[in-house]
Amino acid sequence: MTVDMSQFYEVFFDEAEELLAEAERLLLGIDVADPDIEQLNAIFRAAHSIKGGAATFGFMDMAEITHVLENLLDKIRKQEMALTNEHVDAFLAAKDVIKMQLDGHRHATEVNAEQVGDVSMMLKSLSEGKDAAIPADPLLEQFKPEPEAFKVAEQKPVIELTDADKSKGLKLYDVGLPEVTERDLSNLKDELALLGEIAVYQRQNNAFALMVKTDSSADDIISICSFILDPDALVIHEVGASDAAPAVTASPETSQAAAPVGDDPGYGFFDDDPIIAAIEPVENLAEAKAAQAPTAPVSGDKVKVAEEMGYGLFGKDGQEKQEEGYGFFAPFKPHPDAPKAQMIGDETPVTAAALASAPTAVIAPANAADDRRTQPRREADKAAPQSAESSSIRVGIEKVDQLINLVGELVITQAMIEQRVNALEPVENEALINSVSQLTRNTRDLQESVMSIRMMPMDFVFSRFPRMVRDLAGKLGKKVEFVTIGAATELDKSLIERIVDPLTHLVRNSVDHGIEKPEVRRSVGKAESGTLTLSASHKGGSIVIEVTDDGGGLNRERILAKAAANGLPVNESMTDSEVFNLIFAPGFSTAEVVTDVSGRGVGMDVVKRNITAMGGNVDIRSALGYGTTISISLPLTLAILDGMSVSLGKSVYVVPLNLIVETLQPRAEDLKTVTGEGLMVHVRGEYLPIIALHALFNHPTEITSPTDGVLLILEADGKKSALFVDRLVGQQQVVIKSLETNFKRIPGVSGATIMGDGSVALILDVPAITQMGQTTNYVTGGLAFANQNYSTLDKHINA
Amino acid sequence: MTTTEISNTQNNNTVSNLKTAAGEYLTFVLGNEQYGIEILKVQEIRGYDAVTQIANMPAFIKGVVNLRGKIVPIVDLRIKFNLGKVEYNEFTVVIILNLNGRIVGIVVDGVSDVRELREEHLREVPSLVTRIDTKYIVGLATIEQEMLILVDIEKLMTSDEMELMDTVVH
Repeated sequence: MTVDMSQFYEVFFDEAEELLAEAERLLLGIDVADPDIEQLNAIFRAAHSIKGGAATFGFMDMAEITHVLENLLDKIRKQEMALTNEHVDAFLAAKDVIKMQLDGHRHATEVNAEQVGDVSMMLKSLSEGKDAAIPADPLLEQFKPEPEAFKVAEQKPVIELTDADKSKGLKLYDVGLPEVTERDLSNLKDELALLGEIAVYQRQNNAFALMVKTDSSADDIISICSFILDPDALVIHEVGASDAAPAVTASPETSQAAAPVGDDPGYGFFDDDPIIAAIEPVENLAEAKAAQAPTAPVSGDKVKVAEEMGYGLFGKDGQEKQEEGYGFFAPFKPHPDAPKAQMIGDETPVTAAALASAPTAVIAPANAADDRRTQPRREADKAAPQSAESSSIRVGIEKVDQLINLVGELVITQAMIEQRVNALEPVENEALINSVSQLTRNTRDLQESVMSIRMMPMDFVFSRFPRMVRDLAGKLGKKVEFVTIGAATELDKSLIERIVDPLTHLVRNSVDHGIEKPEVRRSVGKAESGTLTLSASHKGGSIVIEVTDDGGGLNRERILAKAAANGLPVNESMTDSEVFNLIFAPGFSTAEVVTDVSGRGVGMDVVKRNITAMGGNVDIRSALGYGTTISISLPLTLAILDGMSVSLGKSVYVVPLNLIVETLQPRAEDLKTVTGEGLMVHVRGEYLPIIALHALFNHPTEITSPTDGVLLILEADGKKSALFVDRLVGQQQVVIKSLETNFKRIPGVSGATIMGDGSVALILDVPAITQMGQTTNYVTGGLAFANQNYSTLDKHINA
Repeated sequence: MTTTEISNTQNNNTVSNLKTAAGEYLTFVLGNEQYGIEILKVQEIRGYDAVTQIANMPAFIKGVVNLRGKIVPIVDLRIKFNLGKVEYNEFTVVIILNLNGRIVGIVVDGVSDVRELREEHLREVPSLVTRIDTKYIVGLATIEQEMLILVDIEKLMTSDEMELMDTVVH
């Protein structure tokens, strides 16, 4: 059992963490002056779900604070109090505290009880302080529940349908309203007053409802309401039509036997905490019955009790009970489709009556309601993508990796079969060849689908930053507007995880050093509030992530001076790009003040190292006074590569396809030299250095003149060069295997792969080869790659 | 391609005490000498096949092979220690070692036997200047008038001189 419980814990922890992240995202996005009611509702739902889960699993500390949080949120979303920045700050603080508690439960980390208490107090005082300050609206005041009555039951409607009314053909309607503003409510009241006698009362969940006594039909009410409200959001119920139970009035002497009795406990039963309510249904009911229905058979048999309860729960006011019923299965919010399910209330007592014991009866009607509500709920899901939990499953990453590895092996095996089959006589084996080409397609599709499991949108990374930027900007007294572009761009999960730290450094740096203080910005004629942009986009076979600020830009002179002071080899003739790249040197910081945010000079070198380790590049563009862009380019995935296989002597090497600009066989007149060595090729007006792979790798081959072989024009780090190999073999996707698992890093080689025949081919590390080519003189026919060069290069590559 | 799986069964008194070095050993031939390595370090024995050469490596690192999807480096101990005749044919034997999760293949002249060595077989190594540093030699053993050189293969293969591991560059 313990094992089972812990499994559920994990699910709760995961969900709670997601909900917290979601709530934080919404809080940061909210416009304080004019909050979107949907966003407030979503935040409320998140808090509510966490509370429910925490209470279920016995994390009472979390349930407690979320309860306080929920109360305040509830008031705000009902527009009982206006949202202020103070509230948002308090909510964010509460989120942090809940996260801390969550981590406390999950990883047994320390929980700062004082902080919890502080936040809880802050929320409570906000919640209460505002309550008193709210101006008393006469209309609202009239129907506001008594504070004591608030917990027990809703304010009772004040109209009854008498027998005399019935004979006159009057009907009594109960109109449940969605969240409305006071003005709308007042308008609605005036409009409906034209139909007959009306009264406004407040339901237990604080929503307003109207009682209308009229001879018009429900449709008339809807059409009148539709001028003011979305008619779909109305819940209209004819009182006394189905169960002949007149609406309950506030005066006890008018309450009658069975049905009304059920009614009242029903309300009391579902107070605003469905979880607690669900735990003790029987007691609640029994008490309520005893207290309010002296005429009912107190010692009644169980079936009778269940029946009454069924009425109580779903009789008169089915809609409302259903909502609460949902509350204890899953977070639920009334939605526009609600009226469709309204009729269920009339049927559920049958189900309830058939059941013997009271607690079962509570669940059964709710289940019945659930079934019937599936359809409208699905529609609601479409509209609200964040509630799409049912369409995804949680799987351990190691399972996915295992799947990917297996598919990788399958691809290799498939390639092997394909190669064997292609060697067969095509006419005789046509059927086999066709089947194999079908297999090839299927394998490729399978591989793509499997790889896409690991792909995650950049949003996972980007969503962490709004909060950080907000806090940082607040701490540093700066105004920063944070913009993200291309958050839907997908990237391999392993890369997503590894990009977080470098990006955090860069964003911090931009806020701290990039964007100036408001007064400085004003003095140079910029808007007071700086803009920090995080963008992600696909560019060829890689993803480009850019951190852009419109701040002061990098100061070339200062960087040079600092570099010289740090003993780095610099000179005035360095290009801007080379100068800017100096900030990636370890221990380099030109910040005048070391803050606790940044400026210690650790970070940028780590950023560079992390990104290089991922197979990516960092580039800086900056203009003094106008801002800085740090651009990171990363491969889409680490596992698979589109490659061009080339031959050299008897060996085959793989060159990443995305780095090949073109391939050509040079004419002798295109080959040029400088001082008799340093061979270059003249391609479309450019002179590109030729790097002979056989010379670089000291590899025996018969083809030593570029005119006999093939030149691959490669582009790496913004520089072009021509790699000289024997032949092109073909283009194929290869699964990258690490050489380091059992061996070590080899200069000029980024990994290995297994070819169709089962042999190993090395994948060339193009940036490293380009650099190696620059440090070696090319002499056709083979200058051995000197060993000391080799070790310096190794350092270079590992740095 | 011949692949012989060697069962990794062990009896109770193996490895528990490396000092006495008693236990089961796989013995192989390099030139005229008999060597022994701890059997538990051996994963399998296979033929020499389809080795992909790697640029700018010392001569004894023959390259890498595909061992059921894993890329495994192959070291020729005959070249490293300048013993025996270096030729590659269908009788060339590669011992695949599993050294704490790291898989490495070594080429030797031939695999002879699996021997159980008890304490009374073992002798101290005298101070010598040899191609294999004596710190990698656990001891000597005499079996049927022949001398067996017991090598701490893990220590040897992970040493800097084998150049199989990344050295930390700062």
